Amino acid sequence: MRNLKRQLLAGPYLLWMAGFILLPLIVILYYAFTTTGGNFTFLNVSSITFSVHFKALILSLKLALICTLICLVLSYPLAMILNNMKAKSQNFIVFIFILPMWMNFMLRILAWRMLLSNHGVINSLLDTIGLPRLDILNTPTAVVFCMVYDFLPFMILPIYNSMARISSDVIEAARDLGANSITIFFKVIVPLTLSGVLSGIIMVFVPALTSFAVSDLLGGGKVLLIGNVIEQAFMQEYNWNLGSGLSFVLMIFVIASMALMNSWGDENGAGVW
Amino acid sequence: MIRKSVERFYLILIFLFLYLPIGVLIVLSFNNSKSKVHWGGFTLKWYQKLFSNSAILEAFSTTIVISLASALIATILGVLAALGIDAMKKRGQAILLGATNIPLLNADIVTGISMMLLFVRFTRLGMSTVLIAHITFNIPYVILNVLPKLKQSSRTAYEAALDLGATPLYAFRKIVWPQILPGVLSGFLMAMTMSLDDFSVTYFTKGAGINTLSTMIYTEMRKGIRPEMYALSTLLFLIALGLLLFMNFGPSAQKQRQQ
Repeated sequence: MRNLKRQLLAGPYLLWMAGFILLPLIVILYYAFTTTGGNFTFLNVSSITFSVHFKALILSLKLALICTLICLVLSYPLAMILNNMKAKSQNFIVFIFILPMWMNFMLRILAWRMLLSNHGVINSLLDTIGLPRLDILNTPTAVVFCMVYDFLPFMILPIYNSMARISSDVIEAARDLGANSITIFFKVIVPLTLSGVLSGIIMVFVPALTSFAVSDLLGGGKVLLIGNVIEQAFMQEYNWNLGSGLSFVLMIFVIASMALMNSWGDENGAGVW
Repeated sequence: MIRKSVERFYLILIFLFLYLPIGVLIVLSFNNSKSKVHWGGFTLKWYQKLFSNSAILEAFSTTIVISLASALIATILGVLAALGIDAMKKRGQAILLGATNIPLLNADIVTGISMMLLFVRFTRLGMSTVLIAHITFNIPYVILNVLPKLKQSSRTAYEAALDLGATPLYAFRKIVWPQILPGVLSGFLMAMTMSLDDFSVTYFTKGAGINTLSTMIYTEMRKGIRPEMYALSTLLFLIALGLLLFMNFGPSAQKQRQQ
């Protein structure tokens, strides 16, 4: 009886969730599958195959993949180095590598736009050394640069956490049994950090796939990602049905990528959550 | 030996990658020339301009009000929810936690758009819709911080208190609350930072009248970069640094570490 009463404490949250999570999703589905007149249609969703939309989706997938890969390659050694440090300095150093994550997202974009601009710091530096200029502002390269900068801590943190959880006994046991460092790395450390890697991949890939602000501000209108197409459908064309249809497609891709990571984790005995 | 220096070199490289942009912003905020590369002498005029710009100040106070209010309300709802979920059977817990994950895992842009589509049917977009949206994506962070503490807390002590005649409320206050308090606090802080940093959800739910710092910087940046923005970045970075130093190395963190 007392238990039932306590369960009721979740009531307000349930109502909130129904009203502001489930209901909005239903509304977006409604718009996605209807015309402006309210008739059922597949056109909004299938318009993803239009060449402009399809190109944007492919570009988003490509950039998000590249960004995730770069983050992974940069973060894994970093997490290992951090993990091998003396416990005393470790806290502070980890703190330093996480801190930029807490600076406003927009300001990080601002910083890169300023650094990469034609008369910006990087190009002036290159000019003084006599190296060729780096004209990457308003290209996909600049967008990837900034995304890596933005999302790197999301990869570092879960990998570092899973590495810190490996007990040194396990590694010593492997060494006692005759494993060399390379074997230990591939047979002990990599499998045990797999869950961290998978959640890092999700935490970088999903925002990179769905972002529209970075490509808008660093792509100069020339880099059109699926997020930009959706944003423009809502804010410039006021075509809510089309925007909802494309959002639905994007949602499917997000869910699919997470399911993929999850099943991969399950096979290897490490769930993402 | 070589390995150590390679490691150090790598750390420094990543460090530069992370901090060079911030450092350049900070230096430029004191630069007396509008140029991005020439040093025109030290000045505080961009800070003066920043503090006399009413649009920026208004966006700043809106941001603070929304992040504090949304974190507070989310914490109340989230703690209650965690208590309720904790009392449920395994199956109910799994379903509810799965649903709790939706806003965490869904793309921000979809969360923002779906809420906008709902809101415009009933009301005008504005401060209250942004607040509702922020509360919605904040609650999961509170629940995910409180629930583990609740699972660790000892149920026997609570039941013993009830057997000894304490009212449920009194037993909660004296026994459960102290045990979950660290989780509540970290949930609150996490919710606040998420709300401070949010752009996409705010962008779609805010309507025309109001701006948070993120959306204001976004619109400003589309027009061009003004040096006041550098000053603003510097201040925000210092605030974040101060808050985080306090959270990680302040008195409460010291105490926790000793325990």
